[in-house]
Amino acid sequence: MALTQDAVLAGLKEIVEEVAGIPAASIEMGKNFTTDLDVDSLSMVEVVVAAEERFGVKIPDDKVTELATVGDAVNFIVSASA
Amino acid sequence: MSKRRVVVTGLGATTPLGGDVATTWSALLAGKSGIRTLSEEWANTIPVNFAGRVAQEPSEVMDRVEMRRLDRSEQFAIVAAREAWKDAGSPEIDDERLGVVIASGIGGVITLLDQHEILKEKGSRFVSPHTVPMLMPNGPAANVGLEFKARAGVHTPVSACASGAEAIGYAMEMIRNNRADLIVSGGVEAAIHALPMAGFAAMKALSTRSDNPAAASRPYDLDRDGFVLGEGGGILILEELDHALARGARIYCEIAGQGLTSDGYHIAAPDPDGAGVQRAIKLALQDSGLTTKDIVHLNAHATSTPAGDVAEANALRLALGSDADHVAVSATKSMTGHLLGGAGAIESVFIVKALQDRMAPPTINIENLDPAVTIDVVRDQPRALPQGDIAALNDSFGFGGHNVVLTFRSY
Repeated sequence: MALTQDAVLAGLKEIVEEVAGIPAASIEMGKNFTTDLDVDSLSMVEVVVAAEERFGVKIPDDKVTELATVGDAVNFIVSASA
Repeated sequence: MSKRRVVVTGLGATTPLGGDVATTWSALLAGKSGIRTLSEEWANTIPVNFAGRVAQEPSEVMDRVEMRRLDRSEQFAIVAAREAWKDAGSPEIDDERLGVVIASGIGGVITLLDQHEILKEKGSRFVSPHTVPMLMPNGPAANVGLEFKARAGVHTPVSACASGAEAIGYAMEMIRNNRADLIVSGGVEAAIHALPMAGFAAMKALSTRSDNPAAASRPYDLDRDGFVLGEGGGILILEELDHALARGARIYCEIAGQGLTSDGYHIAAPDPDGAGVQRAIKLALQDSGLTTKDIVHLNAHATSTPAGDVAEANALRLALGSDADHVAVSATKSMTGHLLGGAGAIESVFIVKALQDRMAPPTINIENLDPAVTIDVVRDQPRALPQGDIAALNDSFGFGGHNVVLTFRSY
């Protein structure tokens, strides 16, 4: 069963807060991981691995570079879970 | 051109006796031991189940995200460097004249071993992307360099248990050679883990006095049976004298010189003649423009091993001659344990405090002084040092036959 956008966003907020120390409240769909949230490339790897484990999806390395915003990541995870 | 002089203007430490310099120093003067039985389960799977854990966990003063990106040795470096920087008055300095020289004996060994467990249990995808920056031995120096935006050079000399002292000497040379005006220098170690401890135990290098850990580190005592592993680190802010004067910095003392030699004898055992140690002391005195008459205090390497303590004491007696009679020798590893690459650094911090307070810290746990030790060991109680111009030595030696002697002089 596909995950809902809300559920994925809520889970991703927790992961990004845990990994990068960014308050969940400031994490929104339109925010860019690098320029808005200051998540560096090493932390992004941690976010991806944690998201894969939590949502039971595969996020291939060549896809990761395309996930510029939180919304990109949420939408990718929702469609991958379908 | 006259030699650029180098002074100490800031101190920081996190040790088994305290989370900062003040707490550590007062515990040291009170003769307290920082050695405890380890509570981890793995400790009962190896021959030695005690060590000197830091008195204050880095998590008490560091945020969670910072913690997860730093190896424990890097956490110690950041904690002690922040204290030292603040102690130096948070100096305003051109970042191209600011350097960092911080050593570690082993590097991020806990990260290496923990990530290896993850690799075996969960697979390579779960290995942290921070693994390499956390395990590299230059990691503590590199992270402190980033903290203060140091751009004159960031370095990590590695010489086992002499590393911390070598780093401070290297930093002094960088300032003398006009590569920098201010250096954050020192050494750290975080190696309390089953593997390094099992390795040291296999060498028969560690004390096995599990029934009384606080009495296990007993340099110069007849019944000493090996060293006790400690963790933590020490940081000194070294600064060019005129630079320090120009900004009105508080000057603790001068770091006057260093002597470096190598034994060419054995990978781990000390040369029983201590010829390399004697040469290092002579070179350090020459480099400092001091003589044996000026020396009133010495913080010995003295790790509490049967062979090492006597070899060093003999070398001191031979190098200092009759002037050894007025040198108050302190073996502070009796209280802190042996911090490996952090040892020479915290012991340099102790010397700076000893010169400031005119007080040599005690050596504890000597019940029966080994009669082969013919130097003047400060036992049980701290001892006052003379007023006036005085100087002190720091001995540090490392597996591999590395000998480092630093000299400090009252300013």
